[in-house]
Amino acid sequence: MASSIRVRATSNGDITEVQALIQHPMDTGLVKNPAGELIPAHYIQQLKFEWNGKDVFVADWGTAVSKDPYVKFSFKGAKKGDELKISWTDNKGGSDTTTAKIA
Amino acid sequence: MTTTTGLHPTRRLILQGAASVALIGLGNLPFAAGPARAAANDKYPEEAFKQKNEADAIKALYGKTAEPSDKVKLDAPEIAENGGVVPVSVTTTLDKVTSISFLVAENPFALAASYKFADGTVPAVANRLKMAKSTKLVAIVEADGKLYSAAKDVKVTVGGCGG
Repeated sequence: MASSIRVRATSNGDITEVQALIQHPMDTGLVKNPAGELIPAHYIQQLKFEWNGKDVFVADWGTAVSKDPYVKFSFKGAKKGDELKISWTDNKGGSDTTTAKIA
Repeated sequence: MTTTTGLHPTRRLILQGAASVALIGLGNLPFAAGPARAAANDKYPEEAFKQKNEADAIKALYGKTAEPSDKVKLDAPEIAENGGVVPVSVTTTLDKVTSISFLVAENPFALAASYKFADGTVPAVANRLKMAKSTKLVAIVEADGKLYSAAKDVKVTVGGCGG
């Protein structure tokens, strides 16, 4: 299966800009389906970006983050060709991991 | 006969007791480890995400209150046509930023997202949030151990909770 994580990490001298888009329903647990039943909460709780063996950026998410979440941040120190590891875990124990090369 | 039938409930009780003790033990462990791991900045703040209003969520997440600061710049649309996807971002000129959080006051649970920053990570973040209705949006920046905030009102024409 294709990864649920799409990442673009671009280096611009000293600063690396990272954009990530993840496929996930991010169900709040408060919405009903057409049959009138509550759709159980299903959302990403933690998303980590690891470079050079340390977490450079960690996102803790609740149910108010939009479906198919998007996040953008930047960090210093990395260079072109370095690897960035991205991983998430959700409230049902689901998870996914990918690595991206900094371009 | 009486001994065997009499034994079963007792045995079950003992097993149940053992199981619940084990469960309690497991349940307590993350909380006991909480303060120690908070320093390592990697524990998911479950309690903070369960708070209904923003003041309680800030207290649960940081254990202190924030003061408004013009050094926190919160960018969000004045009017959001679709409350399910509202692009919001924060930048700040503050130093030693360790965390940035977003709270949506009128949502069922106020805390939407909380980000942790390492040394060398630029103190700015952009993401997309759901808003149930027109609301105050609050950004909290933790810098050098202190909390700073910025707020903005966002008008939502179609709420983000209808699915």
